[in-house]
Amino acid sequence: MTFDAANLLPILPEIAILVTASVVLILDLYLKDQDKGLNHSLTLLGLVIAIALTGLVGGGEAQVFFDGNLIRDAMTDLLRGAILIVSILTFVYARPWLQDRGMLVGEFYVLGLLAVLGMLIMVSANGFLTLYLGLELQALALYALVAFDRDSSKGAEAAMKYFVLGALGSGLLLYGVSMIYGATGSIEFAPVAAAVAEQGMSNKVLVFGIAFLVIGIGFKFGAVPFHMWVPDVYEGGPTPAVLILSSAPKIAAFALAVRMLVDGLHTLHPDWQGMLIILAVLSMGLGNLVAIAQSNIKRMLAYSTISHVGFIFLGLLAGSAQGYAAAMFYTIVYAVMSAGAFGILLILSRQGFDAERLEDLKGLNDRDSWYAAMMALIMFSMAGVPPTVGFMAKLLVLEAVVRIDMVWLALVAVFFSIIGAFYYLRVIKFIYFDKPAEDTPALVTSSGVRFAMSLNGLALLALGLFPAALLSVCQAAF
Amino acid sequence: MIALSDYLILGGLLFAIAVAGIFLNRKNLILLLMCVELMLLAVNMNFVAFSHFLGDMTGQVFVFFILTVAAAEAAIGLAILVVLFRNRRTINVEDLDALKG
Repeated sequence: MTFDAANLLPILPEIAILVTASVVLILDLYLKDQDKGLNHSLTLLGLVIAIALTGLVGGGEAQVFFDGNLIRDAMTDLLRGAILIVSILTFVYARPWLQDRGMLVGEFYVLGLLAVLGMLIMVSANGFLTLYLGLELQALALYALVAFDRDSSKGAEAAMKYFVLGALGSGLLLYGVSMIYGATGSIEFAPVAAAVAEQGMSNKVLVFGIAFLVIGIGFKFGAVPFHMWVPDVYEGGPTPAVLILSSAPKIAAFALAVRMLVDGLHTLHPDWQGMLIILAVLSMGLGNLVAIAQSNIKRMLAYSTISHVGFIFLGLLAGSAQGYAAAMFYTIVYAVMSAGAFGILLILSRQGFDAERLEDLKGLNDRDSWYAAMMALIMFSMAGVPPTVGFMAKLLVLEAVVRIDMVWLALVAVFFSIIGAFYYLRVIKFIYFDKPAEDTPALVTSSGVRFAMSLNGLALLALGLFPAALLSVCQAAF
Repeated sequence: MIALSDYLILGGLLFAIAVAGIFLNRKNLILLLMCVELMLLAVNMNFVAFSHFLGDMTGQVFVFFILTVAAAEAAIGLAILVVLFRNRRTINVEDLDALKG
């Protein structure tokens, strides 16, 4: 086995992120407190370079390299780009919050960049080993980010719960992987797929392994009944950390599910379809119903995440190229919406105050009508109201489900999303029809944050009006 | 001669003990961390057994990676535990109830 330097070309984006993380880690030691902003600029620069490199090495036929451990195909290109762009948004939103609390330190950026690196490795993985290593790199960085506010007792508790349940999820996933390795004799997706096609459903070890894989995927997505960690982590974690872990990691989790279930085990589709149906129906039902009862907006968004995960599973379980493309479209759109929603919460926070209750959004229109409009767009999109992109995403997923003759499932999904519309519209009512509390100071934000938020909100509208561009890229990936 | 199924049963038992430990334990967070480690070791047992009986080295390479990741995971877990103890002065699982989950 010889080393071929050409192997390094397709992972240039990963290398760029790793170099940026290392530079920030070392440079941070020599920076004075007032110069810590340099970390932020360097991080953004590294992310932009990684996006440029993704475009540079992307396109063309699928390539397998590093002895079959990594792959670069149309899906890798698209998801890499989406992860990097969403990460830029999250870092821009997080900065003022960190600065106000004296937490603008290099560690936040190093951990964030390592999480991004883990996600990039997950979307390029061509074997269970690479996928697992990427997953753990992402997860370990995120555990530390949730515990980032050292003096917050709630943050520490949230981190502990996240850690234990995340490790449990990884353990279950690994147990499934070990069973599949035993049944097929390989940990690369292509040989696994070939062996599975040969054996079919007759091999009980394989079916046993898939059950554990699906449970592991359920934990990583936060689907009911493996969702216990989601509301607690969202409520307890510092908002910038929640912003990071609620957006881009969903894209990586989608890659995890597609790589394992579609690339590796597509022949066993009837087997995992049934499990995903249960997870999807429970997630949409419980997520939407419990979200109504929440008064803490971070907790409400957590349950809303759970219900959106149900919709993503709808696309996956369809088992058709159209269904996968719809699920991918939904996931990317969801990541952008989630980044925007938590971004607004960060904008509303100020020194010594975190916007956490629904009442904190009261009268946002009187305080800053532009941000109010952006939040309204985000909420409409989450609820699935046309012409925002949330409607297109839901429509595509439902179409995929109807095409495989599961009309009842589509009806269940529509029913629960109508229930879900209630709590999104309630937020809009607070923004436009209520008066702000007496003592609220004016909103002060930097032009960078305003620009990013405008881009984020208008992108939801633009993608809703012209979905063809993103959709065709999604369809090309399958 | 010990058969493959014996190893798998042992691995399955260890795994079940670990998962039961995570859910039943109500007293001590350190026990939780130990259960997480035990779970990963049960998986390692599976991998080594399969690797031996398939005559394929990949499984053993996987085990080395899992061991490394398990060490990193234990470090992060203990670090979070220290943060938690400094804030709460307790590592009792039942006291983790500020967030109602």
